[in-house]
Amino acid sequence: MATKQSRAEVTLADDISEELHLRIYRMQVELRESEQRAYDLFLQNLVKGTSHLSLGQEAVATGFAAAMEPGDLTFCTYRGHAHTLARGVPMERVLGELMGRDNGLLRGKGGSMHLTSVEHGVMGSYAIVGAHIPIACGAAWRAQYKGDKDVSVCFFGDGTTNIGAFHEGLNFAAIWKLPVVFVCENNLYMEYTPIGDVTAVKDPAAGRASAYGLESIIIDGQDADVVYRTAKTAYDKARSGGGPSLIECLTYRYSGHSRADPAKYRPEGELDFWRGKRDPIRIYRERLLQAGISESTLLEIEDVVRQRVEEATAICKAAPPPPAEILTTDVYADGGWAWRN
Amino acid sequence: MAELTYRDAVARGIAQEMERDSDVVFLGEDIGKAGGVFKATVGLYDRFGPLRVRDTPISEQAILGAAMGAAMTGLKPIAEIMFSDFIAVCFDYLANQYSKSRYMTNGQVKCPLVVRTANGGGARFGAQHSQSVENWCMMIPGLKVVAPSTPLDVIGLLAASVRDPDPVIFLEHKSLYATKGEVPDGEILDHLGTAKIVRAGTDATILALALMVPRAIAAAEKLKAEYGVNCEVIDVRSLVPMDTQTMLGSVARTHRLFTVEENPRLCGWGAELVSIIADEAFYDLDGPPVRITTPHIPLPSTDILEDRAMPSVDRIVETVRKSLGS
Repeated sequence: MATKQSRAEVTLADDISEELHLRIYRMQVELRESEQRAYDLFLQNLVKGTSHLSLGQEAVATGFAAAMEPGDLTFCTYRGHAHTLARGVPMERVLGELMGRDNGLLRGKGGSMHLTSVEHGVMGSYAIVGAHIPIACGAAWRAQYKGDKDVSVCFFGDGTTNIGAFHEGLNFAAIWKLPVVFVCENNLYMEYTPIGDVTAVKDPAAGRASAYGLESIIIDGQDADVVYRTAKTAYDKARSGGGPSLIECLTYRYSGHSRADPAKYRPEGELDFWRGKRDPIRIYRERLLQAGISESTLLEIEDVVRQRVEEATAICKAAPPPPAEILTTDVYADGGWAWRN
Repeated sequence: MAELTYRDAVARGIAQEMERDSDVVFLGEDIGKAGGVFKATVGLYDRFGPLRVRDTPISEQAILGAAMGAAMTGLKPIAEIMFSDFIAVCFDYLANQYSKSRYMTNGQVKCPLVVRTANGGGARFGAQHSQSVENWCMMIPGLKVVAPSTPLDVIGLLAASVRDPDPVIFLEHKSLYATKGEVPDGEILDHLGTAKIVRAGTDATILALALMVPRAIAAAEKLKAEYGVNCEVIDVRSLVPMDTQTMLGSVARTHRLFTVEENPRLCGWGAELVSIIADEAFYDLDGPPVRITTPHIPLPSTDILEDRAMPSVDRIVETVRKSLGS
């Protein structure tokens, strides 16, 4: 296949300031700790329903969010806690939503799979696989039509590359040269099935790029600096009228697909390998130490984050459930649900 | 005042709204350079240009998804699905996305858009290009559903749909495109959620939608001329929101109710109406409400069979006459 493979270099470089490095580190720790807390709250039955965690995938959400400008738009899937937090949404509003409390982002009306915060540019978490790919195209079409400079960034898993909306949306974005960046988080499993077992090409996203005239891009999704640089390049291209990008990030989820999945289908040693050798937070921490950042600085960041998680948890536990009257609000734009006179 | 076809009214309605508001954009298959497969959008591409009138690939999910993304970030898109049957391949956007985004985001996400589509039978197109899918749409909380029967209503209700802050499914009837009607000059704006009494009468109320409206009117004229039965005909126009007060008021005067529905029988809009009348106007009725529908079958292609399937003027006349004992 005549596609160009680009694998970015893993180095510390001047294009990322120390302040940004620390911000990226802190965000990854925040995502890790809050997802771990979400899991703990499940075990206490304080989070009900289902939930899809991003433990192990923190570098992707962090790197892409860190490279965004205010006003850029995030579209994500039901595995969207990390992408929502990475745009600066307060942790208690996310955990509160998972817990179905009135302080939740959606006051309990959406739940884990539909986190949305329009004021932070989080335009929704979509629980029908692939549905948001054309939606992100539409937001990008608006930017193109109105001359707005924002980029729409659309995150999805490897499984999404086999659904029709993915292919319709990619073609759409390419023919209209839309300012949209498609980010495939390839965590190796389509729900419970290895993605390679059900996909005609080796690289589920990158292997399809050429079909839409796009560059084939695969990056190390466990290295937040690589992710950040790749994101920046793609955003710049989109903003300058260069059209869409499709980026496949190789990553791994430590937990099962969802709450119900113990992930017993994984070969022995695989999880240990990723946790031990490919953990994004460990990789980043070691790099910062090597670059001369002090252990105490990193410990302080970790402490501050853990403190935030405790505070957020306490706020959510104290928050009331939503009032019954919101059951029928916001079905229609008049605020209510009336369908007849 | 000018006489206009239903198809030309579509183009005029879209043009009126695009002229008024630069946020109104239009996308769909063959809608631009080709002017639409039903020639209902002729001239818009030349008038508003390729950035506002966008020809798309055959990608119904991309069309409806892109319309939503544009709507939630500030535009007011009109999306065309060429035949309403094709809604089945992009139903996710109606069933899961447009209709639920406002509710499940606690009012954060807004979805002001219109999906126009050619609905209904009578064109001998067979089972996959002839369906009446209004009941697919009206059963979903969060959507609005409109189906005009005249050129004037096409313009007025389309304008109201474009200006409405909710997602509206706008069902044009493909067998009405060639019909004509008087349309005044200047801006035309109607209201969603309003039914229209199109023929006043005293002996029975006939509710009808889209292509069934002219048939119900013709049947009412025949019933009057041949049997002395004076029927009131109401054009339902808007299924959601639904103007049930006009219908309840009519039944209170006539004491009998008939619905004429092109959709296959199960879960047709008339079933909901009959249940409302039974709940709220039972003692106004002098006899059982009667639904006149297409049987619960796929529509056949050939004219002999298709005409037999859809409610006809003669079937309406016979059903009403027998029910009233006239």
